[in-house]
Order: sequence, then structure tokens, then C-alpha cells
Amino acid sequence: MEIKVLGPGCPKCHETEKLVREVVAEKGVDARVVKVSDFQEIARMGVFSTPAVAVDGVVKCVGKVPAKAEIAAWING
Amino acid sequence: MNGLQDLRIGATEGGPRRDGDGLAAAATRDAKLDERVALRRYLALGVPALALWVALYGQLEPWANGLTYGLLGMAKGDSLARAVAFFLYDGPKVLLLLTLVVFGVGVLRSFFTAARARRLLAGRREAFGNVLAALLGIVTPFCSCSAVPLFVGFVTAGVPLGVTFSFLVSAPMVNEVALVLLYGLMGWKVAGLYLVTGLVVAMVSGWVIGRLKMEGHLEEWVRLIHAGQDLPEEELTWAGRLRAGWTAVREIVGRTWPWVLAGIAVGAGIHGYVPEGFMASIMGRDAWWSVPAAVALGIPMYSNAAGIIPVVHALLEKGAALGTVLAFMMAVIALSLPEMIILRKVLKPRLLATFAGVVGLGILLVGYLFNFIL
Repeated sequence: MEIKVLGPGCPKCHETEKLVREVVAEKGVDARVVKVSDFQEIARMGVFSTPAVAVDGVVKCVGKVPAKAEIAAWING
Repeated sequence: MNGLQDLRIGATEGGPRRDGDGLAAAATRDAKLDERVALRRYLALGVPALALWVALYGQLEPWANGLTYGLLGMAKGDSLARAVAFFLYDGPKVLLLLTLVVFGVGVLRSFFTAARARRLLAGRREAFGNVLAALLGIVTPFCSCSAVPLFVGFVTAGVPLGVTFSFLVSAPMVNEVALVLLYGLMGWKVAGLYLVTGLVVAMVSGWVIGRLKMEGHLEEWVRLIHAGQDLPEEELTWAGRLRAGWTAVREIVGRTWPWVLAGIAVGAGIHGYVPEGFMASIMGRDAWWSVPAAVALGIPMYSNAAGIIPVVHALLEKGAALGTVLAFMMAVIALSLPEMIILRKVLKPRLLATFAGVVGLGILLVGYLFNFIL
């Protein structure tokens, strides 16, 4: 599983990345967490409000820091 | 739908599937029940909290005076006493207002998303589009580091360039924290003037940029991107909206309160110690150069509204002219150097300079207008 955290690097984006990593560690799933800060790549994914999270290429949330429970639900599928 | 279910019952695998449907239905029922419980809890907490808020707000002045002159035993008319009373009154007042307004705006914003703004603005004609974009800029949640993705999203959806700029100017400039501080420290007239002129600057500067037909001055990659797909949006319940309001309070008030208090402390110091009319000579109405100087000074400065407004309040109180002060504030909030550096990723230098120039000119005109009529 590949989880992308999209955001140029503001405090909210860092917060989102931290939460995603925490949930991945807590669940012990085999997932790669990638931080994407390149604007071209962010725009290509159809995201125009950051922070955003994509799991295996599917955008799950945009424009807000997700709650841990939400992240856990995405990981469980 | 009913017919389909009847068919399923008749089918061999009908049994387990019905169970599956039943489970899913039970899960939605549970979720709905949870939301209703959550909503009730929010209301049960919210109503007393609001009553407490009103009670506290009404007691601020006697409380601040009692503390300064009674408990601390300071002498009336003393510089330090005036500064302390100012701080003890304005600090809690602004924080209380900020909490309430940020909560309200947080709930309001749950109705708007960047994606919805994009859909509303796509293919709009200019003029009306500029007005709509400036208004959406107030209510659409958007942090300044989203400026580039948002810009790309708008342009690729067919939102005209000038309309996009109206949004980009109004979003940071007309901001709830700025408006609360202005209202709390300087009254509704100044807050209202700021709101109206901020919107007008956003509408007009966007319209002018649209007239200049500078679409060719976007970076190449922006035009090559096809960001077409609309992502599915979640439909929020009322409990979800109230939760969004509370999250906004935790985030915004939690982050800005030290700035607000620091700014009010500086304001309090100036209130107590700087002589009346001191600012009149440098930032007064008669000094014609004060407006451009204020704008030039404001652009490279980067401060959030929370830090700058209490200082501005104190300047105004000591005789600085309203137009000069408004122009300074707008330049600080609407045209920041870090945002320009980010926008350089999508705009070629000429368009970026035009953007700064047009907005700066608008702010300059606002400054002169208010100095002239007030």
C-alpha cells in the first residue's frame, strides 16, 4: 500500500503526515508513506486544496487535517 | 428498488445477501444514531457555553477596572495604570469575540469547499464572476500554502484569470480574525469599511487583471495539466458542521492567541505612554507621502492579522490617519512576500509584477480616499 500526503509543507501538511505515520505504525500495516510537495504532481492528481491524502492513487481527503479514525478507515479499506 | 430486492429474495444466494444488506443498513442506522447523540451533546454543551460567554462579555469593563484600580491599587491617570487597564479589558474581549466568530465561520465554511468554489466560478463571465469570486474568498476555507494548487485548479476548470485573482486577493485580506480585531478594537465602522473596501479592491483588481489579457504569462506546465476529475465530496451532518466549528476554534484561536495578546500588549504600551497626537506628524492626513510609504512598508512585512491590528489600533488612537492605517494593514495582509514567492511557481514575472502593482495601486487609492473624505 502506498499512502501519499500532498502538501507544500505548511504546519497542517506536517501534522497530516505525522498522523498518517502514527496510524500506520499503530496498525502495523505494510504501507509506504510518501510526502509529495511538488506542485505539478499535486495538481496532476486533481488536488487543489492542501493538505490532501491519497491511498494507492485514490484521493481520500482534501483541504483538511484528517482525524485518526478517518485515516484508519482508509487503511482498512 | 423494491422489485430488485424481491428478486433477490427469490434467488438462491438471497439469504446471505439479505443479511449483508441488513448489516449495512444497521451500520448506517448506528451512524445516524451516533450523529444524533453527538448533535444533542453539542447543543447541551453549546447553549450554557453561549450563556457564559454573554455573561463574561458584559462584565469585562467593571472587571478590568476593578482589577487595575482596586486589586492592584493603581492610581487613575497613571500611564502604567492606563496601559494595564487597556490590556485587561481588550485582551479578554478580543479573545472572547474571536472564539465566537471563528466558531461561526467554521460552521459556515463547512458549507463551502475549494471544489465547490471552483464549480461555482467555472465559466463565469467577468464582472459578475469577479464579484462572486471576492465573496467566495471570504467563506471558502483555504490556507495560503494552498494558493498554487488552488490557482491551478481554478485556471484548469476554466475560471477566467481575473476572476481567479479576485478570489486570491479577497481570501487572505477579508479574514475573520482581522474583522474581529477591527471590530473589537476600533468599532463596527472601521471593521465595515475594511470589509467593503477589501472586497472592492479584490473585485476591481481582478477585473483589471482580466482586462489585461495576460493568460500567456502563466508558466507552461499550468496549461499542460489536465486536472479534470472532480473528487467525490462528503455530505456533512449538523453534528459534523458543529464539529468543524469547534475544530476551527481549536486551530485558529489556539494558534493566534499569543499573537493577539502580544499585539494588544504593544497596543497597551502605546496607549499608556505615547503622547496624544504623536503619530499625526508622520502618519497624519497632511503628509501626502504617508500612504505610499505605508504601502511600501507593508508589502515586505509578513504578519498575520492578529499581530498587526492591535498595533495599528494604537497608531490610530495617537493621531495616525485612518486611510494611511487601512492602506498599511491591507498591504501587510494582502500582499505578502512569501505568498509572491510561492505564486512565482505558476506566474511569470510580468504577471506577478502586474498582480502586485494592480493590488498595490488599489490599496493606495483606498488610503487616499479615506484620508480625503474622513
